[in-house]
Amino acid sequence: MPEKKEQSCSCMEQKLKKEVKKILEVYTQEKDNLIPILNDIQVKYGYIPQIAQKEISEYLKIPMAEIYGVITFYSRFTLKPKGKYAISVCLGTACFVKGSEKIMERLKGRLKIKEGETTPDGKFSIDSTRCVGACGIAPVFTINGEVYGRATVKKLDEVLDKLEKGEM
Amino acid sequence: MKTLEEIEAIRTKKRKELDIRVNSNVGSKEKHILVCHGTGCTSSKSPEIINTFRKIIKEKQIKNVRVIQTGCFGLCSKGPIVIIRPEDTFYAMVTPEDCKEIVEKHIIEGKIVEHLLCKDIDGSKVQNLDSLTFYKKQKRIALKNCGVIDPENIDEYIAFDGYKALEKVLLHMTPDEVIETIEKSGLRGRGGAGFPTGKKWELTRRATGKQKYVVCNADEGDPGAFMDRSILEGDPHSVLEAMIIAGYAICANQGYIYVRAEYPIAVERFKIAIEQARKYGLLGKNIFGTDFDFDVDVRLGAGAFVCGEETALLESIEGKRGQPRVKPPYPANQGLWFKPTLINNVETFANVTRIILNGADWYSSIGTENSKGTKVFALGGNVVNIGLVEVPMGTTLREIVYDIGGGIPNNRDFKAAQTGGPSGGCIPKEHLDTPIDYESLKQIGSMMGSGGLIVMDDTKCMVNLAKFYLSFTVDESCGKCTPCRIGTKRMLELLEKITQGEAELEDLEKLEELAVNIPKTAICGLGQSAPNPVLSTLKYFREEYLEHIKYKQCRTGECKALAKIQIDPGKCKGCGMCKRNCPVNAISGEPGKVHTIDESVCIGCGTCIAVCPFHAIN
Repeated sequence: MPEKKEQSCSCMEQKLKKEVKKILEVYTQEKDNLIPILNDIQVKYGYIPQIAQKEISEYLKIPMAEIYGVITFYSRFTLKPKGKYAISVCLGTACFVKGSEKIMERLKGRLKIKEGETTPDGKFSIDSTRCVGACGIAPVFTINGEVYGRATVKKLDEVLDKLEKGEM
Repeated sequence: MKTLEEIEAIRTKKRKELDIRVNSNVGSKEKHILVCHGTGCTSSKSPEIINTFRKIIKEKQIKNVRVIQTGCFGLCSKGPIVIIRPEDTFYAMVTPEDCKEIVEKHIIEGKIVEHLLCKDIDGSKVQNLDSLTFYKKQKRIALKNCGVIDPENIDEYIAFDGYKALEKVLLHMTPDEVIETIEKSGLRGRGGAGFPTGKKWELTRRATGKQKYVVCNADEGDPGAFMDRSILEGDPHSVLEAMIIAGYAICANQGYIYVRAEYPIAVERFKIAIEQARKYGLLGKNIFGTDFDFDVDVRLGAGAFVCGEETALLESIEGKRGQPRVKPPYPANQGLWFKPTLINNVETFANVTRIILNGADWYSSIGTENSKGTKVFALGGNVVNIGLVEVPMGTTLREIVYDIGGGIPNNRDFKAAQTGGPSGGCIPKEHLDTPIDYESLKQIGSMMGSGGLIVMDDTKCMVNLAKFYLSFTVDESCGKCTPCRIGTKRMLELLEKITQGEAELEDLEKLEELAVNIPKTAICGLGQSAPNPVLSTLKYFREEYLEHIKYKQCRTGECKALAKIQIDPGKCKGCGMCKRNCPVNAISGEPGKVHTIDESVCIGCGTCIAVCPFHAIN
C-alpha cells in the first residue's frame, strides 16, 4: 500500500507535505474551500493521501473526521490510488440502455476485480461513472479519461489485449 | 473596462463580420469552418480536426478562411460535425483524415464533398443543416447561440445581442419591472419541478436581509441528460448575463455557479466567460456606470446526485456533505449561509435574456396554457438521432421520437420512453401522443425532470430498468432520512429477487407498499421521487413483473438468471454472423445450417441477438 510507503519514507512525506502546502496557499482559510482543495489534490495524485488530509485539517481548522466524511460522501474523491490504466465504464441511462452493463460485467470478469478496486499489480482499476456526456456514441468506457465510443464486448477485449501486451 | 458606446461599437462591427454565420445568402468572400467542440464531438477527436484544418489552411496559405470552435450543434450521434458557412454545408462523422479533402474540394474548388454529407431519416443525403428533419420541428431559444458562436469569445456573444438585455435592465427597468416581466412570461424552473421563476425571484426579493445570493444550479446529475452542460459549453455568457440580471432584480451582489467537476470543458468555458466579463466591466463594481455591483464565482460539484437538490447544493457550496435541509425555511428566506438565496437551473437562466429582449408576451405565446416557452431534451437510447433537441412545450412524444429522433433503429419497436431520469417514470406506447408539458407528464405518472429523454425498444426489460434506476438511487441516497436510506434499499432487494426469479407474489405487494409510502415520508425530492420508475413500470408493464414472478421468465432475456439465449431453428439461416461475433466462441454450426449456443460457455452478453440479421435469436 502506498500509504505505508509514505510512512516509511519520511523524505517522500516531506515532499508531499510541501506540495500540498503549495496547493493550500492558493486558497483562503474559509471552510467552504474544502471541496475545491480536495478536488485539486484528487486531480494531482489520483487519490487523497492521509498526509494531505492532515494538512488540510490544520489549515482550515476542520477535524479530520469531518474531512473523511466529505471525502467519502462525494464519488469523485477516493482514498486509494487508481491503477496505471484507470478504466471507467459509463453506467448512465443512455449507455445502460445500449448495453454498458454487459461491458462492465466482462471487464470485471476479465480483470477479476470489483468496481472501485485495483488489480494487485497496480495496472488496472475499474470504476463506473454516471454519464460522461458522450451519449451520442453510447455505450462508452474511458481509459485515463480517453473516451472509447460505440463500445462492444469485443472492442473492450481488443483494447485490453493491447494494454496487457503493452502495445498502447 | 468598456463604456456603453464601446460595447455598442463592438456589437455593430462584429455583427456585420458574423453575418455569414446566420445568413446563407450573404455574398461573402470569407468562409467560416465551424467545428463542434462540445463534449460529445470532443470524445471523437474534434480538437484534432480543428488543429488539422488550421494546419492545412496555413500550409496552403489560404486567405479569408477561419476555423472556429463552437458549442454543440445538437445532432451528437453524427459527430464530429463540421459546418461551412455561409453556404451552411453540413458534414457529419468527419475524421481528421477528411480535413484535407474538405479544404481541397470544398474550400478551394467550391465543390461539395458528397460522401461526408449527412444521411437524413429517409436515407437521402442532405446538404444543409436547416433541411435536416432533425432540426425542422425544433425552436431554439435556450440553444440559440450554441453552434453559432465561439463560446470563448465575448465579442461574438455581444454581436448577437449579448449583454443588451443587461443594458436594458440596468438602465431602463426597475427590479420590480424585471420580476414582473419574468412572471408574466410564464417561465417555470427547468430543473424539473417547474416552480414559476418570476415567483421565486419575487419571494427572494421580498425576503428580509441585506446580503443575498444568486446561485446557478449546474449540477446536472441525471445520467443521460446533458443540456445544461451543452449550454455552458456553447453559450456560457447567456447564463452569466442572466445571473447578473437576477442579481439586480433581487438586490444581490454575489453569485455562485455550482457545476459538476466531471464537466471540465463547461467549467473552463464559464471561467473564461467570467474573466472576459470582468475585463469589460460587465461584472464587478458599477456595471454600466450604475451603482450596481455584482460578481460571480465558480464552485465545483464532486459527484453527488443529491446535490442537484437545492438545499443539498447549498450545503455543498458551504464545503460540507451535500445533505438536504428540511424545508421550510426555503432558500428564498434562508439559503446560502442562511441568507436569502435565489437558485435557478442553467436552462432557466438561458431563457431570461431572450424574455427581457423580446418581451413577456412573445415568450408566453409559445407553449401550452400552463407551460410556456420551449424545453431542451437530451434524446438518447434506442433512437436513430441522438442529441439535443429544443421544442416548444406541447410537442408530442411521437413528434420527438419519430419526426426529430428518426424512430427506432434496427427495425425494432418502440416500447417506452423515460423522462425525468431516476426521478421520473416511463411512458408507454399508448401515451406517445400526449403533448409534453409539466402537468401532462405528471398525469401519466412521469415528470418533466431536467430533460433527459431515453427511448427504449422492445429488447429492454422494464423490471430490469426499474432495478437499474433503484440501484442508482440507493447509491446516491445521502443517508439523512430513513425512508430513503433504508426504504430504497429494501425496494432494490425486492427487485433483485424478482429479476433472479426468486420472488413470490407477496413480494410484489411489499414493493408496491414501499413505493407508495416512501414518497410520503422522505425529506427531499430524491427520496420522494425515487419510487417513480417502479410505480410507472408497474402501472404500464405489470404483466412483465408477473411473468418474472409466476413463470420465472424474462421475455427480453435481459435478466440473466432467467434468460436462456436460444436460436430459433425456424428462423436461422446459418449465415454465421452470430458465430463470428461471439466474444467467447460459444456458438457452433456449419455454414447454411442451424447454429447452436453452448450454454456453459455463453456469458449472455447479447451480441448475437444484436447482430442476427434474421432476428432468430431470443
